[in-house]
Amino acid sequence: MYKSEAASWFRIYEMFQFQSFHMYGIIGSALILGIIGVQLIKRNKLKSFFGEPIQIIPKEKGIWQYLYGGIIFGLGWALAGACPGPIYTLIGAGYVSLLVVLAGALLGTFIYGLLQNKLPH
Amino acid sequence: MSSNLRTICTLCWADKKADYFDFNWKSQRWNLVVVFGAVIGGFIGAHLLSNGSSVAINPDTISNLRNLGFQSAGESYLPDELFSFDALSDIKSLVILLIGGVLIGFGARYAAGCTSGHAISGLSNLQLPSLIAVIGFFIGGLFMVHLLFPLIF
Repeated sequence: MYKSEAASWFRIYEMFQFQSFHMYGIIGSALILGIIGVQLIKRNKLKSFFGEPIQIIPKEKGIWQYLYGGIIFGLGWALAGACPGPIYTLIGAGYVSLLVVLAGALLGTFIYGLLQNKLPH
Repeated sequence: MSSNLRTICTLCWADKKADYFDFNWKSQRWNLVVVFGAVIGGFIGAHLLSNGSSVAINPDTISNLRNLGFQSAGESYLPDELFSFDALSDIKSLVILLIGGVLIGFGARYAAGCTSGHAISGLSNLQLPSLIAVIGFFIGGLFMVHLLFPLIF
């Protein structure tokens, strides 16, 4: 994530300005490999390292939680320029400020836990 | 990548406050291992495998950002104006980082996944909910960058 620059605030900004193929290339190539991998697992009924069948549990059906949650996540992704993975990558890289973002993300998760039953899903 | 946030909250006794956190966190230990790996990977990538850290973004993006006040555009990995050690003493950047974090955590758990869970894994499994979430990511991100950034910065 660090070397692909997907953890760079600048690349996220550039992506939302549609001024480079960079981020779309990263996500797109991961997606193409992912689709091939999932199909291979399903068609060949592959087993995991521990010998158990690999099951992919689909997300629950619904619209609102994905749309509203997605929009809120997108606002944060663009503002802080990091999604949950890169927060940790950047902490490892030595950017202390990301601890503030992580504290915020934990707080946000906690708030969601408190409000979960009152939100449309 | 965002399920670890729920696990960490549970480890901080959030299960006493909301049912959402009342689950067997040991069954989700894998996501803490992934976090550990991401931290180590970040350290190796930045300190052992990199020569300088500037990110060669599009020159048009650089001039957009300079107009917004980001002089470090094109010269560093993250904007110094928000992420440098000195910026931590600036209330405005602290608030931006914290609010950004809250939106990331709240949104990712509300949508039950983030970029890795929906845009990559979810779409790989051809799931409709993930497509809806990814459309949401872009609605939120485009709104932030195009309409809110000029107001914030």
